[in-house]
Amino acid sequence: MLSPSMTYDVIIVGGGHAGTEAAAAAARMGARTALVTQRIETVGVMSCNPAIGGLGKGHLVREIDALDGLMGRAADAAGIQFRLLNRRKGPAVRGPRTQADRKLYRRSIQKLLREQSGLTLVEGEAERLIVRDGRVYGLELADGRVFATGAVVLTTGTFLNGLIHCGEHQEPAGRVGDRPSLGLAQSLYGLGLPMGRLKTGTPARLDGRTIRWEQLEWQYGDDEPELFSDLSTRVAVPQIACGITYTTPEAHEVIRANLHRAPMYSGQIQGRGPRYCPSIEDKVVRFADKTNHQIFLEPEGLDDPTVYPNGISTSLPVDVQEAFIRAMPGLDQVRIIRPGYAIEYDYVDPRALDPTLELRACRGLFLAGQINGTTGYEEAGAQGLLAGLNAARLAGGQDGITIDRTKAYLGVMIDDLVTQGVTEPYRMFTSRSEYRLSLRSDNADERLGPLGEALGCLSRERRTHFGAKQAQLSAALTSLNERTLTPNEAALRGLMLNQDGRRRTAFEILSYPTVSWADLTRIWPELQNVPGRIAARVETDAKYAVYLERQDRDIAAFKRDEDMALPDSLSFTSISGLSAELAGKLETVRPRTLGQAGRVEGMTPAALTLLVAHAKAAARTKVSV
Amino acid sequence: MTTFDDKAVIFAPATGMGRAAVTIVRVSGSGTRGVLETLCGRVPQSRRASLMILRDPANGSVLDRTLVLWFPGPSSFTGEDMAELQCHGGRSVVTAVLGALDRLPQCRPAEAGEFTRRALLNGRMTLDQVEGLADLIDAETEAQRRQALRSLEGETGHAVQRWREEIITAMALMEAAIDFSDESDVSDKVIADGLRMAESIRDQIESELRKPQRPERLRDGYRIVLAGPPNAGKSTLLNRLARRDAAIVSPMAGTTRDVIEVHLDLGGYPVLLIDTAGLRESEDAVEREGIKRTQARIADADLVLWLQAPGGEACPFEGPNVLVLGTKADLGEAEASMSVSATTGAGIDALLALLQERAERVFASGEGVLITRERHRAALQEVLLCLHRALEGDAEGATELVAEDLRLAARALGRITGEVDVEEVLDRLFSGFCIGK
Repeated sequence: MLSPSMTYDVIIVGGGHAGTEAAAAAARMGARTALVTQRIETVGVMSCNPAIGGLGKGHLVREIDALDGLMGRAADAAGIQFRLLNRRKGPAVRGPRTQADRKLYRRSIQKLLREQSGLTLVEGEAERLIVRDGRVYGLELADGRVFATGAVVLTTGTFLNGLIHCGEHQEPAGRVGDRPSLGLAQSLYGLGLPMGRLKTGTPARLDGRTIRWEQLEWQYGDDEPELFSDLSTRVAVPQIACGITYTTPEAHEVIRANLHRAPMYSGQIQGRGPRYCPSIEDKVVRFADKTNHQIFLEPEGLDDPTVYPNGISTSLPVDVQEAFIRAMPGLDQVRIIRPGYAIEYDYVDPRALDPTLELRACRGLFLAGQINGTTGYEEAGAQGLLAGLNAARLAGGQDGITIDRTKAYLGVMIDDLVTQGVTEPYRMFTSRSEYRLSLRSDNADERLGPLGEALGCLSRERRTHFGAKQAQLSAALTSLNERTLTPNEAALRGLMLNQDGRRRTAFEILSYPTVSWADLTRIWPELQNVPGRIAARVETDAKYAVYLERQDRDIAAFKRDEDMALPDSLSFTSISGLSAELAGKLETVRPRTLGQAGRVEGMTPAALTLLVAHAKAAARTKVSV
Repeated sequence: MTTFDDKAVIFAPATGMGRAAVTIVRVSGSGTRGVLETLCGRVPQSRRASLMILRDPANGSVLDRTLVLWFPGPSSFTGEDMAELQCHGGRSVVTAVLGALDRLPQCRPAEAGEFTRRALLNGRMTLDQVEGLADLIDAETEAQRRQALRSLEGETGHAVQRWREEIITAMALMEAAIDFSDESDVSDKVIADGLRMAESIRDQIESELRKPQRPERLRDGYRIVLAGPPNAGKSTLLNRLARRDAAIVSPMAGTTRDVIEVHLDLGGYPVLLIDTAGLRESEDAVEREGIKRTQARIADADLVLWLQAPGGEACPFEGPNVLVLGTKADLGEAEASMSVSATTGAGIDALLALLQERAERVFASGEGVLITRERHRAALQEVLLCLHRALEGDAEGATELVAEDLRLAARALGRITGEVDVEEVLDRLFSGFCIGK
């Protein structure tokens, strides 16, 4: 037995977006935490596009922020072009997004980690998990150091058996310039986990000094930037614009002529890539009738000439990349700093996880990020946060916490992962949530703040801020509910309501599509004292009121099924009356509640009835013992 | 899997669809007392059969003179307040009673197995009792699904499938406008396209619901398809079973060019016997059409009887719903589990007994086609309601509310056609738009 050189409550492996949120969250919970990374310098690095947020993703960042995570604050500090997507649509589907200065973002994350007490950064390569009897006991590094711990969060990204493809060239790597994690992959395979292979890609990076910017259209940020974090007050650095160019028929011709050299088409790549982030060669083949595709040229930083051409991810050989990129307006003389590539990597079938993100096959081992089959910084960060919280709770001898689908996009994502598994890298969309009108980016703090307080993962500053905002909100709601008008009184003030003689509260009046907050302040001038964003929040609730009431009924039904626990001891294969196929699926997923079982593919009402019977029987047995 | 509101009063016939003097309609839920007051004028003495007049609350007309039993909860099958209405067995009476129940705002048709589930949740059934039902419940599901879709007659059944496809497309368009509004391939025109599609579905459903119900044309029998190569003796057997000349019987191969259906009554269970054109490659256009119909019939049959004459072609299908039947047993032996001769009558009684047993298995447990029709009507009404709301909304400014109504419409339609999963919407979206800037 190796003797440990150090003991930690929680160890995080990996310093990407999942790893940093996990480490910070565990430390916020008071756990003595170590973050092990190959190179401390790369902690918080944005390996792909230089942007944070978007639709669904922006919602996740707000949720991370509500639980006092890092991503929102770092994005605000590094944001160089803020845009609120869907500004003209309703509040539930508005998604904050920003371009981020790569270097500033990384620094900002590293600064937040350094300021976090109870957290140690360890440089070294994780080589082997120490596991006995289905429980993790420690981690061994390649240099022989051994750390003892009861809780490990693995956030290995694309490093597990990572294989980079660039044309005919293949190279084992975790990311360009970084070694893959072969030893760790062995450890995981040793656990007998169900694993699969996925693929993702990244475009070439261009030298901005060789782009003819004067030939391009521009995209600017919003005049009134919408920040991510409740704790941020203003934009921190100068703002930039992005260039817009297009692929051309000539560029498409170059790609078509060289398809046989693309690893995806030559059969060299087996992993499955995402439908929503196709390579340029995929776009040209699948949408052959389109003569051009819009490409955004996104500067990677304020003092960095590197430009990220968003929309031309590729694994074609370098010479082909150069040829088709130079066939685009403004890029005829561009210099490629680093070619694009595709990367294949291993992931663990997330159905092997509990919704706490702990592996069923190995207690104390949590997984977060791309290793669970997801893609995206925000998806990774949100999982890391939950895994970190649960690792710390495990270390403290407490039960794991789960967040359900009605509460947060984070809950939607984790339920999707552990119940459905993945067939492509999983990305968040707002359409994945059946409670979209409730899960908004403007109320993430209300949805998750109380949980954060109860868990003890919020800083004092956050708690104060949250408390103050809640007080303002409830004061605003009270004033609206205290003020009332009859239809006649309203008509005298220029508001047309149903002439039913019913007295309505200001809140009810605000729910009319034709009535705005400004109308209310005309009638009741004292409402002008309500701060702007509180007023906006209240107005959203009013406008959505009818829909939210219906959604609340759905949520109640959901909770009823979610509250019925299926015992761990339940053997689905021994339930007579369940088809072998369905029993097999249930064994793979091991649903923890009746509700989750109902979401398993192929579930029937009859089968659910059987599960209710068995759950009830098991509950009775428990009581009588 | 959608979970259903368990506060509603649910109703369904408790007895199968065999021809019977009385059909029992069960009603369960905390609002049952109010239902009885509305339909019968008062609540009868509990746990006693009382003869009462049921009236349609819409116009006061008499629906039926019915024995009514009132079981206040918790001492009832489901543990809730319950009633049993013992309606006279005629299909039109039961249809009228179910229709009247459905029009009460607190009522909805029960989902399959819902009485059992409520009983279970209220602690009224033991695990043993449920397990006893398990095989039955499971066997029932697929047969019921076929039954359910079939009760929407041919054309309507196809229409429902088409609406499902169209609603997925409408949702994909609306979701593209929301989740991928920053993609150059998604223009704001997609919202208008989505609305147009929703409008078209709305119009189609409206016209469907306006159609008068024609229960006499309900094809709710246990469907047996006679299949086999030309001249295997399908029409002869049909005639023998039907004891009348419903099909043209001729010794020349390929005489039956269309699909011929005969309704039988086997021990009280309705059975639909379908003779099909012989399966073979044909040059003749009429016959080719017949073969196409044959394949369609086989696809939704409860039982396929593959007729095999001695030395004839082997059965190309397999599965629990396929039975190979040797024919022309008087001429020689075929490789089959059972054989008949239409000429001598040998084996016909055994065959009839087998068919009756199979039909019983489906009908004895099933709640029958009337309730599924009510479920469908209720579901389509809800689809319509949601689509109306979606189309009245502000699609440009509040796209998310229009999308929400479309989602609710799809959820209601999914109760007939099987749930619409978000993955299907995303699939449609990604195959229609080039996403990924």
